[in-house]
Amino acid sequence: MHSNSFHCSLSLSLYSSTMDRAHSRRHVASMKQSLFDQGYLDEQFIQLEELQDEANPNFVEEIVTLYYRDSSRLISNLENTLERKPLDFNKLDTIMHQFKGSSSSIGAKKVKAECTLFREYCSAGNAEGCRRSFQQMKKEYAALRKKLETYFHLARQAGPLETAFRPK
Amino acid sequence: MTAMGNNKISALIVDDDSIIRKIHKTMLERLFNMEARTAKDGKEAVDLCRSGAKFDVIFMDREMPIMDGVEATKELRAMGVKSMIVGISASASGEDFVAAGSNHCFEKPLDLAKVELVLGLHPNFST
Repeated sequence: MHSNSFHCSLSLSLYSSTMDRAHSRRHVASMKQSLFDQGYLDEQFIQLEELQDEANPNFVEEIVTLYYRDSSRLISNLENTLERKPLDFNKLDTIMHQFKGSSSSIGAKKVKAECTLFREYCSAGNAEGCRRSFQQMKKEYAALRKKLETYFHLARQAGPLETAFRPK
Repeated sequence: MTAMGNNKISALIVDDDSIIRKIHKTMLERLFNMEARTAKDGKEAVDLCRSGAKFDVIFMDREMPIMDGVEATKELRAMGVKSMIVGISASASGEDFVAAGSNHCFEKPLDLAKVELVLGLHPNFST
């Protein structure tokens, strides 16, 4: 009798845990879909996920962490350069080119778009445009960081998926 | 995919962005089973080859400090380096890369399809 009730409660516990996991995975999938639907991420993010495997289940999170660490230096450089008068548009463009490349490599779609706009303002010698698009870029950069932190937290809780999947 | 003789294909990734170096290295190693090394600018790539390192394919970013990709390509060819050189550029135009001696030039980013295309075109690589 005791053995039966033990097995019964173990089965229930496993079932509950499996359902929780399935629910978590649906939540992760839904959040990822939303990040793509809202234009925060593009296909490049999927390409990164395809590089994850059992031996490296957190590869994308590592890359994104590296991105936010390294790019903060570029943002500081941009801020300092934007304070100088007159503006050195060539230098601004060079720094932003590098920042755009990094952002593009993690699939940061909105950030990349703002970088492109900034570079257009640089080409046109439009100081006010540069400052405006820089502020907008920082907003997108911060917003993406927050969303990805939540996404990775959920993904770690849900556990690894068999394969990277493309959003609809 | 292997080079002739069934050894792993060796690749050099030359890019000043550490994130891009890490992504490309991982992609080549995990998805194409290559041996991949990295260099952070054209000069480092040239010095590596000058020291005797040999690569089947070199993926060369265009814009880098100290020595850019086009300049590095010219130097490598002048040294007699026979590796396949693939220029990676932010813009679609790559005539200067090819004129410098690269075999191909692609627009960023380097992705699976482009790597497959390049390896498929090379007579020494088999699937």
